[in-house]
Amino acid sequence: NAVDAKEIDKLVHNNKVVVFMKGNPEQPRCGFSNAVVQILRMHAVNYDSHDVLQSDALRQAIKDYSNWPTIPQVFINGEFVGGCDIMLQMHQNGELIDELKKVGITS
Amino acid sequence: MSGYTEEHLKQKLTEKLEATHVEVTDESDGCGGKFSAVIVSSQFQGKTLLQRHRLVNAALAEELKTIHAFSQKTYTPEQWAAEGH
Repeated sequence: NAVDAKEIDKLVHNNKVVVFMKGNPEQPRCGFSNAVVQILRMHAVNYDSHDVLQSDALRQAIKDYSNWPTIPQVFINGEFVGGCDIMLQMHQNGELIDELKKVGITS
Repeated sequence: MSGYTEEHLKQKLTEKLEATHVEVTDESDGCGGKFSAVIVSSQFQGKTLLQRHRLVNAALAEELKTIHAFSQKTYTPEQWAAEGH
């Protein structure tokens, strides 16, 4: 039972910020996913999260959808932003604040 | 376990991205599943962070099927020089 692109499309547009990760925000199961959770926590962002460890179909579908090979993946306003490295750099250089501001989130 | 070596990844990145400087570090204690990389290439010029990372991911498309953790830092030669290298 594959997850089709339409379902992913719905998921990524369901909240201003959507994260696909290993584990959940309360209990990340990988350091990279944990880093993204910590960054979003610092900016006090309210977001949707989806645990790819719960579904191989989802894990494959999200990689295909974004054409990105690794987890975590972060979407803002339905647009793929990047993985852990990109989030970390955007956090460090202030870009993340601007991106969040654009969608009405002040951190 | 993917079994790739630092040397293999370095060679591939250098070739595909015409990189002027590449550092690859195996962080898996040698089992070849977790790497970090620093890549300096003029191909990154004028590209956003996401576009740069997509270039790197494309260069390692085959390897990333089995490498389970890969972290990257991308610089243009100018940015690299500005960092004091």
